[in-house]
Order: sequence, then C-alpha cells, then structure tokens
Amino acid sequence: MDKKKLIIGVIGADVHAVGISILQHAFEDAGFDVTNLGVMVSQEEYISAAIETGADAILVSSLYGHGELDCRGLRDKCNEAGLKDILLYVGGNIVVGKQPFDEVERRFKAMGFNRVFGPGTAPETTIAALYEDFGIQAPEKE
Amino acid sequence: MKPVLLVDFGSTNTKVTAVDVENCCILGTAAAYTTVETDINEGLHNALKILEKTTGRLEFEERYACSSAAGGLKMISIGLVPELTAQASREASLGAGAKVWKTYSFNLTKGDMKEIEAYHPDIILLTGGTDGGNAECILYNARMLSELSYDCPIVLAGNRCAADECAEILGDRSVFICENVMPRLGELNIEPTQKQIREIFLKRIVQGKGLSEASDLVSGIIMPTPSAMLTAMELLSDGWEDSQGIGELVGVDLGGATTDVYSIAEGNPANMATVMKGIQEPYAKRSVEGDIGMRYSVEGILEAAGDRKLAKLSGLNRQKIPELVQFLAEHTDYIPDCEEMEKLDFALACAAVETAVARHAGTLEQVYTPCGLTFLQSGKDLRRVKNVVVTGGALIHAKHTEEIAAHALFDESTPGSLRPENARILIDRKYILAAMGLLSQHYPQAALEIMKKEIAYYGHKE
Repeated sequence: MDKKKLIIGVIGADVHAVGISILQHAFEDAGFDVTNLGVMVSQEEYISAAIETGADAILVSSLYGHGELDCRGLRDKCNEAGLKDILLYVGGNIVVGKQPFDEVERRFKAMGFNRVFGPGTAPETTIAALYEDFGIQAPEKE
Repeated sequence: MKPVLLVDFGSTNTKVTAVDVENCCILGTAAAYTTVETDINEGLHNALKILEKTTGRLEFEERYACSSAAGGLKMISIGLVPELTAQASREASLGAGAKVWKTYSFNLTKGDMKEIEAYHPDIILLTGGTDGGNAECILYNARMLSELSYDCPIVLAGNRCAADECAEILGDRSVFICENVMPRLGELNIEPTQKQIREIFLKRIVQGKGLSEASDLVSGIIMPTPSAMLTAMELLSDGWEDSQGIGELVGVDLGGATTDVYSIAEGNPANMATVMKGIQEPYAKRSVEGDIGMRYSVEGILEAAGDRKLAKLSGLNRQKIPELVQFLAEHTDYIPDCEEMEKLDFALACAAVETAVARHAGTLEQVYTPCGLTFLQSGKDLRRVKNVVVTGGALIHAKHTEEIAAHALFDESTPGSLRPENARILIDRKYILAAMGLLSQHYPQAALEIMKKEIAYYGHKE
C-alpha cells in the first residue's frame, strides 16, 4: 500500500529547528512519507504543500507559546483550498503559561484540529494516533 | 585561420559574428534587418555583405545560428500551486530560452483553453503534483488539452505516477514524458525538461517557422537566442576544463520590448540566522520582464519606477515625463536627437535595469520573533556576486553604460533587495554573447577565450 503522506513544520515566527527534524525521522521510521517544511511556516505554506503532495495530514508544531494565534483559521483555509477532510494535528508548547490541558484541547478542537498534543508528548503517542485515525497497522520492522 | 560564422536571427536585426577559432579572436560583426516575412536569407545576405566590407571575403568552414525571430519559442506553462509546480514549470521554460506567454495554475477552464488556442504556443509544458502527490489536477488538465484543435507538442513533467495515464488521455498527440520538474516539495529538477524542449525546438519548431530555408547558409539553427545567452554566461562563469571562468555573475540584457536578467550563482543565505522561503531556484536562472523595455514596453518602466524617480534620474520636469514616455511608446524606432530625450533615455535605462534586477534577485525580510531577530530570505542572495555583465543594444550603445549598469547593484535605500554589493561592470561591447553561446556548442575553449578577451578584460587589467 502507498505510504500515508504527512506535512510537518513549525508554525508562525517560531525558529525551534531541532525538534521538527527529530519528528521527521520518527515519522519516517514509522512508515510515513514526510514533507518537512522546517521553521517559520505560514498557514499558506502548509496548505500549498498539502495540495501539491496530495497529503493526508498536516501536523503543526509550535514551541513558543503563540500557537493559539498562529493556528487560528487554518481549518477554514484548508476548506477554502479544497482540503476538506484533511487530518489536522497540533502539538508542543501551544499556549502561554501553565493552563489546564483539557481547556486548551477544547479550544484547539473548536478551531478544527482533530488531535491536540501537550508539552512533552513522545513521538510514539502521535504515531499511534496517526495509525488509529488512518485505520492502518504499524508496518513490521525488518 | 579557421573562420566560423555565427548568426542570430533576432526579431528586428539579423546579427552576424565571424570568429577565427584557431586564434580565438573576432574577425568582425555586422547587422541588418531581419526579413522573416519574405526570405530570411535576404537579411542574412545583407548582414554578410556589410561584414565582408570590413573583413574582406571569408570562406566559412562552419556556420551556426540561433533565433528569436517569428515570436521566438512560444510556450505556456501549466502547474498546480502557483508558487510551487507552476513556478517550477515557468523556470524550466524560461531557462530553455522560451518566451513564456502565460503560466496557469490549478484546473484549466474553458476560457483558458480559448486563450491557449488563440495564442497558439509552439510547446506546452504540463506539470503538477510532486511524485506520488496530487494527480487529479494534471489528469484533468490533460483531458482539457486533449481537446486542443492542433497537434501542439506537450511536454509532461509532473507527478510521475500520473504520467502514463496523462499520455493515454492525450492519445496520438505529440507527448514527451520527462522527469518531474518538482519531484519532492520545493526541490527543482528542470534540466531533463529543458533538454526535451531544446530537442523539440530543433526537430519541429525551426522547420515550422520557415526558418529552415536558412539551412543552405547555416549548418542549422541550433538554439533559441536566450538559450544561447544563458549558455554563454554559464561558460564565462564556470570556465572550461583547465581554463578558469570569472566566477559567479549577473547578466542584464536590456531590450526594446523586454528585459532579460540572468544569474549564474548559488545565492545561498549569507548566515545561519536566515531562514529560506519558497522553492529552490536554479543555479543558472533566467527571468524575463515583459513589461520592462526601452520602447515597446516603455510605459511599464514609468509604471514600475514612477515619474518622481524618472524625474530625479533625468533632471527633467516631472510633469513632462508621461508625455515624453508616450511619445517613445508610439515611436519605437526613435533614436534620441536632442539633449532632453537623451536624458530621458538614460533615466529609463537606469530604472529598467534596477527594476528588472530587483525582480530577479531574492529579497530579505527582517522578522522580530520571541526568540530574537530573524531573517526570511526568498529567492537568491546575489550580494556576494562579483561580476555584472550587461548587453543589449540599448545598453552597449548608450553614452553612460557603466552608470546605467550600476543600477543593477545593491542600493542602501532598499536593503531587502539582494543585488550584488560590490561587483565590477563588464560590457558586451561587440554584442557577441549569444554568438559565443552558439560557438560553445562546438568550440567551448575558443568561446571562453574570446569572451574573456572581449568582455572580461576589456579595459580591465588582467
């Protein structure tokens, strides 16, 4: 079967460059075809990349606390661009300060994200969620 | 002595250059009006007559030609997302020396198809999707193009997984399958497509335009003129075998209708604090400004630069400028005959060079992030390029060529425009660049030596 295609990147004016590379390797090892847009990615760049590559999911990272502002309207723009049912994940230090995670999750889900991950999430957690949402099995390791 | 003749059939002038490939020198150059309506050989004969007045009778052993006559190589490019595959498709066509009339994105409409029919391109480049990516769009566009009323060669260089199906849809049309211009997101792969375009140009286009009648005089038209230009600049920059080139360069060809800008440079970011945006750009890049030219497109210069700037550059009164510019647009063969018009032409040339090079070069934007100051770069950083080569009748025959050409350089008032900071200006005084591109196909060493002599060291100490 064809590999599922993911777009990943760090949104907004965020320049945290290390974690996104680690995620790229983790997702590739888990059997996904990954396009890594790097840091300081705008909403439009995620969408253009997803159209051109025919992506199945966009995974947004944010580490600097401004994620809530940066992510607003992404689902609407996806709909506008014809990416109607694309899976949207967000994760990292996505809000300012220490807020109860369930409230944060609720706010981001209301924005149209399918899954929301808090600080310190291991790549395995996200990978398991991807398998579940795509309804696929982990590929067997050689 | 081994004389070789190089011919450039331009839209206005047929230019001939005679070189001696044994002694690596120019024997002479001449030009006459292009006669594409009647017999293209007429203009060539006239040019040769003028040439032989200075050189005496020459027995050419070989003859090569390039052409931009009869509209040049007319192409349209089609991609999916404007700033991704559509852009890659456009870069590929421009780099192959084509005149890209229009670049389409997403699905073609019936209106688009009517436009394409009316324009009647020589080649269509159909792309869209990365390998394994979006296939719907290129398949849809292939279906639209299958309705085209004439057999226009179609180069397919999109998502490789959709190539076979596209070819099937296009049936018995002339279809050429190439590697994807953008196999992975942001990654440019345009050489295979350009090679294919050049082959089609050679085999099909030249005959179709009545240019093949020139073949009794010329061993064959081997490339479109802009492609010859780009080839020459690459050779001058890179060198050949043991002969060093002059290093990275920016080239400007200011014409009456368009201004072409070339860069042979990596253009990588200057430091670690810079984040790259947009697609990778080709090492040898050509851009064409269709709205910037000294006569046919003179109004575009006014629009881009504004009357205030032209007034400042020329010293003329601001109110007078629009009227004079309009006069030039209406009299495309006008040559300045008074001080006022000379000043205006000078100002227009400066503004044209500045606008065209600024559009070609990359840009740098400062962004204050919570993590400190960061720079966003799009396009190529040409600040460290050390050579600017200028060519084109409007520039090389101008009185203050160096002063005009200096407008290609970095300007402190627009620090975000990444133009060469500290480059020497080299002038193609004998207008030989295209000819050297042609010559380089068979005599690269001689072409390089001649360019170094005539362009790089002209007036400079070795």
